[in-house]
Amino acid sequence: MLTRFLLMGLDKKAGVLLAVLAVLAVAVPVMALAAPPDSPWHLSTHTVALLGKYLCFALLAVALDLVWGYVGILSLGHAAFFALGGYAMGMYLMRQIGPRGVYGHPVLPDFMVFLNWQELPWYWHGFDQFWFAALMVVAVPGVLAFAFGWFAFRSRVTGVYLSIITQALTFALMLAFFRNDMGFGGNNGLTDFKTILGFDIQAPETRVGLFVATVVALAAGYTLASCVVASKLGKVLVAVRDAESRVRFLGYETERYKLFAWTLSACMAGVAGALYVPQVGIINPSEFSAASSIEAVIWVAVGGRGTLAGAVLGAVLVNFGKSYFTAALPELWLFALGGLFVLVTLFLPKGLLGLAAQVKGRWPSGRAMAAKPAGQKGI
Amino acid sequence: MHRVLSWLLAALIAVATPAFAADLDPLVRALGTGTYADTEKALAKLAETGDTAAVPVIEALQTGDLHVRKADGAVVVARKAGNGVALTDPLTGAALGEADRSAVEKIKINNSLRRSISAALGALTLMSPNPQTRRQAADAVFKSRDVNALEALDTALAKETDEGVRRAMFQARAAVVLNSSAPDADKIAAVETLKARGDRDALALLNAAANSGGAEVKAVAERAIASVEQRLALWGAAQNLWYGLSLGSVLLLAAIGLAVTFGVMGVINMAHGEMVMIGAYATFLVQEVFRTFAPGLFDLSILVALPVAFLASGAVGVAIERSVIRWLYGRPLETLLATWGLSLALQQAVRSIFGPTNREVGAPSWMSGAFELGGLTITYGRLWIVVFAFLVFAALLVALRKTAFGLNIRAVTQNRSMASAMGIRTARVDALTFGLGSGIAGLAGVALSQIDNVSPNLGQGYIIDSFMVVVFGGVGNLWGTLVGALALGSVNKFLEPYAGAVLGKILVLIFIILFIQRRPRGLFALKGRAVEA
Repeated sequence: MLTRFLLMGLDKKAGVLLAVLAVLAVAVPVMALAAPPDSPWHLSTHTVALLGKYLCFALLAVALDLVWGYVGILSLGHAAFFALGGYAMGMYLMRQIGPRGVYGHPVLPDFMVFLNWQELPWYWHGFDQFWFAALMVVAVPGVLAFAFGWFAFRSRVTGVYLSIITQALTFALMLAFFRNDMGFGGNNGLTDFKTILGFDIQAPETRVGLFVATVVALAAGYTLASCVVASKLGKVLVAVRDAESRVRFLGYETERYKLFAWTLSACMAGVAGALYVPQVGIINPSEFSAASSIEAVIWVAVGGRGTLAGAVLGAVLVNFGKSYFTAALPELWLFALGGLFVLVTLFLPKGLLGLAAQVKGRWPSGRAMAAKPAGQKGI
Repeated sequence: MHRVLSWLLAALIAVATPAFAADLDPLVRALGTGTYADTEKALAKLAETGDTAAVPVIEALQTGDLHVRKADGAVVVARKAGNGVALTDPLTGAALGEADRSAVEKIKINNSLRRSISAALGALTLMSPNPQTRRQAADAVFKSRDVNALEALDTALAKETDEGVRRAMFQARAAVVLNSSAPDADKIAAVETLKARGDRDALALLNAAANSGGAEVKAVAERAIASVEQRLALWGAAQNLWYGLSLGSVLLLAAIGLAVTFGVMGVINMAHGEMVMIGAYATFLVQEVFRTFAPGLFDLSILVALPVAFLASGAVGVAIERSVIRWLYGRPLETLLATWGLSLALQQAVRSIFGPTNREVGAPSWMSGAFELGGLTITYGRLWIVVFAFLVFAALLVALRKTAFGLNIRAVTQNRSMASAMGIRTARVDALTFGLGSGIAGLAGVALSQIDNVSPNLGQGYIIDSFMVVVFGGVGNLWGTLVGALALGSVNKFLEPYAGAVLGKILVLIFIILFIQRRPRGLFALKGRAVEA
């Protein structure tokens, strides 16, 4: 049963992507740890972290594509789930610092000592255990998404309205996390992490370990998403995207299908955020900004909405472009990103993967079209 | 006006001085002899004369400028000039030449003297021919509650003719009476006077009276306190209402252009905030031109900026519609993404041209200052923005309802193909409607430049709020936008005192999210088939 489920989901594109990920999972550790530092094949810790960051974004893009590409819900608040997962992981990492903080308090993180907190708020309890934090990484975004989706889908809030209230959600969360009273470090967020599971977070070995974990998470997330999409459930989801009322008239409870995909997507986004935080070394409220949610949407749009592999490709390409531009031509980055938004929506409605399909499909029809006017002239 | 009055005052003193100088002179001389106690006695005598000519002398004593000339024991005003000091006569103000610093000795004052000085000044200025000075003196007595000033107050009250000053003196007298050991009947009358004044200062005095006076006074004072507190709460609510109206009108200005592009055309314009920003920068440019070429006409710059901002933002809007949005009609989510991209590019363009820092936009004189209305303080700038927001709203309503252009817009909104069949050039109407919405955003930019920082990020701060207003009010309904803006503004301001600014805003956002669940199409939803389209 499970194998059938898996086999059905994995098409040729998925095979290529999983193969690439497998190669990365082997090559990057070898290049980072085994290759001598002066060899041209050597990867610095910085590069490993950068690649890991791209793959976290790719997982976020897959999660977003699942709801936007297949269910037609344009979420402008997915960064909220990403950041919540990140905060859950950040809280674990803060508790791991223990008495090694600047103020040397055995339990309280530095910022709480600084703000004169006397004891740990109740919601910080349990985060010293990795298993608990790992559970929260999935549970917090999941529960929030479930509650939000439960209300929104049942009231049949759709389309633009849904997009706008997802944006309101992430904006409200951003304002909340900026408050010092919330107990999440306010403006500065959580940072200065020391160890994860007892390993030094700065060590190249740990970085490589985190990278491999990210590759595994992306591969798993991708496989899960493509299996869901290829299953019968996925067919219903696509039908909801294309004609929701018709599906409802056929007797499906569309809210449940939407709620499932929405919650699953939020959990995946949470995992992506959790892997992102230890590799970047900081999480702060600006991750909740509407801009970062919308940026994630453009990754999916560039790669190709409704193609999971496209989401991965788009996230990696756009973020690579961002790293390059912000370093080389910082003035031009926003022009490039803005232009990308406009060009992709105008000329590449199906993204890069769609373009590839278009070009492939064009050849025969292109010739046919060339022949047609000639024939018409004859008449 | 002020200057004229003070000149007159100075002239009056100069004319009056010679007659009195002879009487005052020995008293002034007495200030400089002996101990603090002696000075205090001399000061009291000086105050008793009730002669306003003594005021500059006492003021000099207060500021520490009054000195004794060692050579002849004369009291002079000595102020630092070059290496030595410049001497002037304290009464006439006539220059007495310069002297070495060691030739004069300062008349020192201690805390007890300082109190007497303020009391003496208060008493003397109560008799000043200038009503403004008298009023300030009365207010000073009200604050100091100095029992010694009672006599002077009574004398001044007997002579006072100005109604406003009289009231101020009466209140000052009440404050003093409550502070003194006057009989209860007097104190009760004083409580009534303070109750009529009814502000925070009066409340503090009444509280003190309730804690210290006799049983009867206490009861009256407590009743007065309750009445004053009720009055204050009422004014506090009025103040919140005004703040809410003010914030609501800002939201209305920001959202009203969006109500046209989103509400009427169904286009999600994420670059709307940048249209506001362009309007604000247009204001900045117009003001720069005025500063350079006609600084005298600066007060008119805002009026000139209005059409300029409207045209600038409107032109950008038309360009955006023609180049991008017209290809995306019927695909609202793609429009959202494309216009978001445009907003990023516009922000960066403005940042490249004008720099990332805030630009200085000045306020014309008729927009600065404030006035009091009962217990409210209202700034002219805010008042004008409220007025302006409603004017823009009314103008837009008229434009949509009563003009041929408005008719075309409504026709295209309701049934595009039918409108096209009737000969309306729908593409042109689309472009102009989008231009209109953007132009109104530009007008909002002119107003917001007065109360917000003019920076490339200006628009970002308003975009989410504007969308909330339009969605809350109901898409496609201008009245909904009006009600939505004012309601959200007021709710925000009423929550602020209890929850704080940020939490208040979060609560409003959560409220909107929940509200959309109940009414997915907003407060004033369009009914009928158009909804499903």
